Amino acid sequence: MKKQIATIGLEMHCEFKSNSKVFSSAKNTYSETPNSSIAPLDMAFPGTLPVVNKKCVEDALKVSIALNCTQPKYMFFDRKNYYYPDLPKGYQITQMTNPVGINGKIDIEVNGKLIPVYIHDVHLEEDSASLDHFFDTSNIDYNRSGVPLFELVTEPCFHSAEEAGAFIEHMIRVYRYLGVSDADTKKGQIRCDVNVSIADEDSEELGTKVEMKNVNSIGGVIGAINYEIERQTKLKEEGRYSEVEQETRRWDEETASTIRMRSKVDAIDYKYFVEPNIPKYKISEEWIEEIKTNIPRLHLERKQDYVNNYGLSSYDAEILVKEKAIADYFEECLSLHIDAKSAANWIITQILGYINKNNSNINELYLTPKRLKDLIAELDKGTISSKQAREIFIKVIEEKKEVRDFISKDNAQLSDKEELTKIIDEILANNQSQIEEYKNGRTNIFDYFVGLVMKQTRGKANPVLTKEILTEKLK
Amino acid sequence: MLDKSITELHELLKEKKVTSTELVQESLKKSHEINNKYNAFVTICDDATEKEVTDSFVSGIPFGVKDNYSTKDVLSTGSSNTLKNYVPFYTATVVQKLFNAGAIMTNKTALDEFGMGGTGTTCHTGPVLNPWDKTRMCAGSSAGSACAVASGVYPFALGSDTGDSIRKPAAFCGIVGYKPTYGMLSRYGLFPFASSLDHCGVLTRSVLDAAIVTDIMKGIDKHDMTSWDSSNIHLQAALTGNITGKKLFYIKEICDINRYPNANNELKEHLKNFFKTLELLKEKGAIIEEVSIDEKLLNAIASVYVVISCAEATSNMSNLTGIIFGPRSDAKNVYEMMKEHRTLGFSPLIKRRFVIGSYVLQKENQERYFKNAQRVRRLIVDKMKELFQEYDALILPVSSGPAKKLDEDKDVIDASTNVLEEHLQIGNFGGFPSITIPNGFIDDLPVGINITGNCYDDENILNIAYTLESMMPYKGQIAKERKL
Repeated sequence: MKKQIATIGLEMHCEFKSNSKVFSSAKNTYSETPNSSIAPLDMAFPGTLPVVNKKCVEDALKVSIALNCTQPKYMFFDRKNYYYPDLPKGYQITQMTNPVGINGKIDIEVNGKLIPVYIHDVHLEEDSASLDHFFDTSNIDYNRSGVPLFELVTEPCFHSAEEAGAFIEHMIRVYRYLGVSDADTKKGQIRCDVNVSIADEDSEELGTKVEMKNVNSIGGVIGAINYEIERQTKLKEEGRYSEVEQETRRWDEETASTIRMRSKVDAIDYKYFVEPNIPKYKISEEWIEEIKTNIPRLHLERKQDYVNNYGLSSYDAEILVKEKAIADYFEECLSLHIDAKSAANWIITQILGYINKNNSNINELYLTPKRLKDLIAELDKGTISSKQAREIFIKVIEEKKEVRDFISKDNAQLSDKEELTKIIDEILANNQSQIEEYKNGRTNIFDYFVGLVMKQTRGKANPVLTKEILTEKLK
Repeated sequence: MLDKSITELHELLKEKKVTSTELVQESLKKSHEINNKYNAFVTICDDATEKEVTDSFVSGIPFGVKDNYSTKDVLSTGSSNTLKNYVPFYTATVVQKLFNAGAIMTNKTALDEFGMGGTGTTCHTGPVLNPWDKTRMCAGSSAGSACAVASGVYPFALGSDTGDSIRKPAAFCGIVGYKPTYGMLSRYGLFPFASSLDHCGVLTRSVLDAAIVTDIMKGIDKHDMTSWDSSNIHLQAALTGNITGKKLFYIKEICDINRYPNANNELKEHLKNFFKTLELLKEKGAIIEEVSIDEKLLNAIASVYVVISCAEATSNMSNLTGIIFGPRSDAKNVYEMMKEHRTLGFSPLIKRRFVIGSYVLQKENQERYFKNAQRVRRLIVDKMKELFQEYDALILPVSSGPAKKLDEDKDVIDASTNVLEEHLQIGNFGGFPSITIPNGFIDDLPVGINITGNCYDDENILNIAYTLESMMPYKGQIAKERKL
């Protein structure tokens, strides 16, 4: 059999954050208490009408622009009609004829290489209610009903589970950078439908497409794709490729396999038509321009910038761009002319460590880039040791004081050679036997002398200078 | 007392010649009486109480609400078994505005199930009878409201109009029926039938009363995106009685008696009366012209209406599953529950419309039926808008005569008078302001005339209707059963 190439497409749903839901005034919050944030529309009480949340449209346009999609001239919505207990109106308000973005393209990084991803369309819609199934009953929780949902449909442009997984990770980062969603997979804020087909390496045509619905984690997406590639390839090897049917399957976490749900032949006709209760409205050029100015540089661009223009390692740059707030902090350091490597080093080793340990937020950190600059300056001047710098770092944050408040005569580093020599002479005079031992070849007690000096000076002796003088004296 | 107009009642209340309590009691008593005779109501609000009389014209005055408006704590059924036990927890915007103005709701009126009918005979509480002749229908769907206002239960009632549901029953009951420009009245709380065609409106016994009530109800509503700011429109103030130089047109293909070779006497009388009425307008200085419109366009009205309204209805009513509200079925699984609720709940007429609606929306049919219907709708509206550039209003007779006999009903359409029966739907296609007023009698049964104008031109349309009304003796008339 010829080598097989997999072709994969994704439909990625992302719940947007907003004050209220996309078409109702109910709060858009993740709540453990069922049916605690609902408006009459979310339960489709007769006579209720949808009112579009402008913020959600703006956020959808933001993503559309960031993905280099073409935006429509007019905004309107469609109804997707079907009966399901989690869909109180009997239809979902979505966008079919005129989505908020089409024909996008972005580059993503997979194993250090850039690959292009083509976006078929992105659209704004409403989420359904959620169902909890029990032994003999099911409960409906309408909290999620009407939560803004952003759907991104890629072209079938991935060829491995790894690429698809990398794209989802990339997009999660984009949603967070744009501030439109927390994109928390654990809260079900990211959900994917995946379609997979295989074909001979040199084939012009794609194979039979199998779709997996509602895969809710990156691991799940990767697992489902790999399982499907293997299943389809095996059938082909066995000459049973005709058994690969155009169908909908689901990913089962427990058995780590995909399970058939229904054939595509039974596909529902959603009878789409334009939602009459939401008048068409114009998306002005000015509005688009205004949104553009609010789009920050995204992580990949920043990473490339840090590596190419600031000499950071790809590894370090990756850590810095993981979260927008950290990258922003780093860039503020750059704008204050802190040495890039030094700033990166401080952020990665000290700041992130502190934040993780204390479960705090870099935006609220009292040690602003300005204060970090003061600290690094003192260190460079040699006024303080790096150990002292690390101590001052903590003190500035916890006591909410300035760096200079901790730089005093008392704790300034002892770098005066004459004074230090006097102290060392005194110590050596009191440790004659140890000097003997040292001179007899027990050179490892050198550190013992350094320790004594430090003890005497309460840690303030300049360690480099101390070692220099000691080496000289012990010759 | 309740046979009087709003302004007269307001005067009496202000002068303390009558109290709000007396009016409410009278309205309730009359409601029971009329319900026994004509079956006009779903609910009579026996616990309704007086309200303070203020400077608002409607304060202290009772009124009726069609049962497809959501009213908090009061049963709201849409005259359907699917909602026979539904008590909403919120009140429709326009009803709330009337409450705020001090009006008192004394009953909820019966309608063709969810407004989907033109006879007033498909209400889950049984057919509504015409107060001028119990063997005839009121037309629909605002049958109960038309019957009650014509019978003097109160001076006004709310209706809704998707095809002609206010304006036709108004004509058959000898009263005024007005639906303003689409979006002038919020639809929030109106049970939807076909959202792009649905209008709220009012049934009264005079144009002035219609203007007063609409002035109170209108306005932009944050709950309805299709509503618009009409704060610069003052309907009552626009009723000057001066229409000198106003240009109106009628459509030759609809009004020419020669087009109906098999015309019965009723139709002949009706059209004769129509042209007689036009003379009155001319006396007031209006200019009336005949306009010819491509018959193909006119003949398409009814099918365009059926396709679009059924399509939207089938989607709009998908929320009626009995899971959240309405009688819930005991069936074993959720799909069986939905199926049973809908099978038992809806009347055959509605089910037929759902089948049509689903059919025209199906992927393979959508282009041919639904999309084409939308295109033709656009052509008809464009044609009317073009004519409204030249004319202030379109004037036409309502229906082919007076109310039909109940036993003739069955939704059968006589092909020859098809356009005459269905032309009011043009007003819904374009969202045009449209008002029907009584213009006489045929065999002691009332008939009506309709005036329709361009969007946002409500003041002009109402003033023309007001002026015409003042030339005829039918203003404020109360139905009396004719002697057979």
